[in-house]
Amino acid sequence: MDAKDILGLPKNSFPSSIEKKSRPPKESQRKPDGISREVYALTGGVPPLMPAVDASQLKKKPPPHEKVTWQWLPFTNSARKDDLNLYHWVRIVNGVLPTGDYSFAKYNKSVDIIKYTDEEYEKYLTDPTWTKEETNELFDLCERFDLRFVVIADRFPSSRTVEELKSRYHSVSRAILLARATSSGDVATHPLIKEPYNVSQEMERKRALSMVLSQTRQQEKRDEEVLIEAKRIAELRMASKVTEQSQTAVATNADAGVTERAVPGETISPSNVQLPPMVVPPLADNASTLASLRMLRVYLRTYALDQMVQASNSSAGLRTIKRVEQTLQDLGVNLKPRVPTKAVCAEHLELRREILTWLNLQKQVQYKEAEGSSFRDGSYGETPGTPKDRTFIPDSLNFGVSGERVSKKDQKRKAHGAPPTAAHKRPRKQKASDL
Amino acid sequence: MSQSQTLPLKRQQSENPSDDGSTAIKPSRLKISLPSEDSDKKNLNKRVKDVEICVPIVYGTVAFYLGRKASEAQSHRWTVYVRGASNEDLSAVVKRVVFQLHPSFNNPTRVVESPPFEVTECGWGEFEIAITLFFHSDACEKQLDLYHHLKLYPEDESGPQTTKKPVVIESYNEVVFPEPLEGFLARIQNHPAAVVPRLPPGLNLPNPVLVSAVPNDHMNDKQRGDTKDHPLGQWFLNFSEADELLKLAAARQQVQAHIVKLRRQLNLLEGQSKQPSGYKCT
Repeated sequence: MDAKDILGLPKNSFPSSIEKKSRPPKESQRKPDGISREVYALTGGVPPLMPAVDASQLKKKPPPHEKVTWQWLPFTNSARKDDLNLYHWVRIVNGVLPTGDYSFAKYNKSVDIIKYTDEEYEKYLTDPTWTKEETNELFDLCERFDLRFVVIADRFPSSRTVEELKSRYHSVSRAILLARATSSGDVATHPLIKEPYNVSQEMERKRALSMVLSQTRQQEKRDEEVLIEAKRIAELRMASKVTEQSQTAVATNADAGVTERAVPGETISPSNVQLPPMVVPPLADNASTLASLRMLRVYLRTYALDQMVQASNSSAGLRTIKRVEQTLQDLGVNLKPRVPTKAVCAEHLELRREILTWLNLQKQVQYKEAEGSSFRDGSYGETPGTPKDRTFIPDSLNFGVSGERVSKKDQKRKAHGAPPTAAHKRPRKQKASDL
Repeated sequence: MSQSQTLPLKRQQSENPSDDGSTAIKPSRLKISLPSEDSDKKNLNKRVKDVEICVPIVYGTVAFYLGRKASEAQSHRWTVYVRGASNEDLSAVVKRVVFQLHPSFNNPTRVVESPPFEVTECGWGEFEIAITLFFHSDACEKQLDLYHHLKLYPEDESGPQTTKKPVVIESYNEVVFPEPLEGFLARIQNHPAAVVPRLPPGLNLPNPVLVSAVPNDHMNDKQRGDTKDHPLGQWFLNFSEADELLKLAAARQQVQAHIVKLRRQLNLLEGQSKQPSGYKCT
């Protein structure tokens, strides 16, 4: 996706004059890549970049029987209290003068502020923290500034917070409304009664808001890092739990060499790969997807593939799914197969599953390395460089011999910082032929 | 790649070698069909478990620039179609195709009742065409929607448009009928347009004679439904399953190699963490 897609512009920007002329109006119906058709339909299309007035509209002639003249006429505005007479240009069709009020007068709205009498004040509105003069002043200002409490607080003679002013206004209005109502049901639907003003909640809201808004970028970044770190730790814990489970599984296989011995056949027959139990998405997912597909009686192969991919993704996090797709692209595989036959779809799903396994293993190795280096230095520094055809046993024999050298290397590695990721990003780009 | 083949592999193995055979036989089937109808009726509505019929299709558009003949409103002549992936006749499965064109066209809903399932139009704008497939009643009552974006203007901006080479966009897909009715399976079993897997042993299919009881079987009028000699045939794209599988196999091999390596590494790490002094006990 590039900027042109985002703007909904055509890919080939105006290569010829013919195209330029013929395309614009219908271009708005074109769906940009990367948005699903259904979602795009909801947006109602890309908004036009320029005011989209049809060219034919501009030259439209008025109907011939209409005679339009413009006249300089006086008018009065009912929104004004004085009867000031002003003049403006008026469009007159067939000599008929316009009647009725000035068309903008209707925008002269004001808020209905409740008024109270002195008697009512004495009866219902006395408040130890407010004097009658202050309350009168507040209601005057409310009327004058149409309840714009920020402005009112600014003009208010004694120092009161916006919340205090609002609270007083609301409590007075409520008290008067309730007192004047014949029964409580009469005013129950009045907005002032229905939505009581909560001072403490409002203060808390503003405090929280100002805290978020006043955060510096560094603070934000730090928070984000902490969250990511927390997530990583949680994932590592999960992974280690899973490894323990798979270890018990391996233990039943009698010895660790079993997996090693399977290696030569690996590249020839994929079914030889011993997938640890945790990585393979539960088969139940597949079964239920298949069952729901069968219910359809007819479906498209690509639809089935999408469903299966979704089912197998359901156990993975969003980031993992992104990484799987990135890996697919790195491997030069289309995210959507070009020729989605049954066999191709099955292979595609298998590939996704294996990538998931691979990513999980990467995580486990990283975790183990981090764990290892926390109690001991330098017993496995060699690992990444170990020749691939060596088997497990000789490697462990070697450590006695090369112990010295290894610990040196390990120190060096530490100086570079973050060794595990460096060591494991590398293999991604390797070709199969390297191995 | 050298081994590229047309699709689908499975189908080629099972393909009936005689193409005209099916068309020739059908008229005679029609006569026999009536007597056996009753006896097989109940079987027809039974579904065959663990079998799916799959019909590989290709749908898309071929658009020619009209060059000097182009006018403001009609700069391109294009054809939208649904065809069998290897140009087989789809009418044994597909009863009707409805192409929903842009509302600015005259009667934008185009219904095509017989093969070839295509619509040719002139226009200047690109838009999304909704293609709805309707199937014969023994196959499936439900329809299937496909969407294709009509493309008139080539993707690369190199040079002016030519009238010689059309812009072709095609998509491959497969229509899958899971657990088909026995009658449909029997009818379609040897049809070149469908891929039918090896049937479970002991399955007694009703007499395929019933085929012609299906309405709208256009085979009787000698009009050919396949697109093998289609005038646009030279522009049809090739969809090679083999290429796709090779690519996937190569990718899987890479991933598997990584998995093996990581697993070995993990074993090594685990060995150490279990016995911190492990390298001494050799």
